[in-house]
Amino acid sequence: MRMYGKHRFPGKLFIVEGIDGSGKSTQIALLQKWLESEGYVTFFSEWNSSPLVRDVTRRGKRKRALTPMTFSLIHATDFADRTEHHIIPPLKAGALVLADRYIYTAFARDVARGVDAAWVRRLYQFAVKPTIGFYFRISLDEAMKRILGGREAIKFYEAGMDLKLSEDIEESFRLFQSRIIDEYEKMVQEFGLMVIDANQSIEEQQVQMRQIVTQALEGTKKTRIRKWVDLGSMVRRVSPA
Amino acid sequence: MGGFGFYGEKGLPGINVDELKGKLIVLEGTDGVGRSTHIGLLKLWLENNGHAVLDTGMTRSALAGEGLKAAKEGHTLGRMTMTLFYSTDFADRLENEMIPALRAGFIVLTDRYIYSLMARAIVRGADPEWIRGVYDFALKPDIVIYLRVNIEDLITRVIQHSGFNYWESGMDLHLGDDMYDSFVEYQTRLLAEFDRMVAPDKFYVIDASANIDQVFDSVRATVEPLLKLPHLKSRQA
Repeated sequence: MRMYGKHRFPGKLFIVEGIDGSGKSTQIALLQKWLESEGYVTFFSEWNSSPLVRDVTRRGKRKRALTPMTFSLIHATDFADRTEHHIIPPLKAGALVLADRYIYTAFARDVARGVDAAWVRRLYQFAVKPTIGFYFRISLDEAMKRILGGREAIKFYEAGMDLKLSEDIEESFRLFQSRIIDEYEKMVQEFGLMVIDANQSIEEQQVQMRQIVTQALEGTKKTRIRKWVDLGSMVRRVSPA
Repeated sequence: MGGFGFYGEKGLPGINVDELKGKLIVLEGTDGVGRSTHIGLLKLWLENNGHAVLDTGMTRSALAGEGLKAAKEGHTLGRMTMTLFYSTDFADRLENEMIPALRAGFIVLTDRYIYSLMARAIVRGADPEWIRGVYDFALKPDIVIYLRVNIEDLITRVIQHSGFNYWESGMDLHLGDDMYDSFVEYQTRLLAEFDRMVAPDKFYVIDASANIDQVFDSVRATVEPLLKLPHLKSRQA
């Protein structure tokens, strides 16, 4: 069994982390556009990718039937599927894999729910270690302003309503997210996450990301698929060079 | 009274083991050894003796049971995904079926427990220490009865009953040219994993190649000491 550690695949894995409203999704989308324009083969890996596991997760959430433990395990199951189908094959093929949220989301969320920190880290030992993990640091107040401005209602589990921190969903969300921020902050050193100040302008943040990624890519060949793998979905989804 | 503990130090968040008054009895063994027959007999006997019994088995959880069935029909999930899907299903059953019943003072009879799940995962390449760590949240049962048969007896039984099926033959592992070869290799490996757990997990090993009555006598004799309650004397069935 492959354990968490530096991988030997020809590809690279860049991931972004941060609370909702930190702007990480915007940043990784911009990074992907740029990498493609530079001639790299990129592959974007989404969080909830397996239809089968996704259905179970959705039903569990809709019925509010998830405990901290089953919430943790069903997301680990989904992550395993994502690793087996959407991360390892493109990395083997030499692609630059980009992931919006990674194992650190699970660590932050699960521990904020009372799951043992050491247990959940061991659970994810099968994960591939990212080349670089970016953490978009933002104050809770700023993130709340961005979120409450322009998106649909906060969801039950997102707000940590299962923890019964508060009857009020906005207040619960705030309390839960502040626990998550605490967990992220602890992980910056533990996992060597690259901190980006998410209070800066979008452009400033993107410049920093590109500098860091450029360094990590020194010596990486562009558009060269070294070892093609038999995976239909990937063949379709990797953009042509 | 013994009282429950978890395998790991931390266990399940939000569960106080001191509240669990019931008993947890596990029947383990590879496919086709007659686990469900003995669960049925044991349940009847326990109920006749005045115990409230909940019987439960793998892949029956409200949360993941259907999803697992669909996954097995489609064979689309990878090994690690399948392993963790089973652990999700197990956690759901533990928290939502077994623990509430134990809290209410039931005897919980479970057809398989974490041992089958670990054996399957290990045979499929999972690191033994890793998978054991995953199941740190599991309750330690009061009794684990391991119905053991050797591979020759197992083959005879399976042919007589259901025939070889895809998963029981470990066909996903491509161990043999056909289902028979694969079944023999897969079940031999599973048996080896079970045997490795006998000592550390304190299995009561019962030779399941004897006839049903004899096997059940042994099962009952194993369970009986657990039921020595002041107000309930067990009688012969």
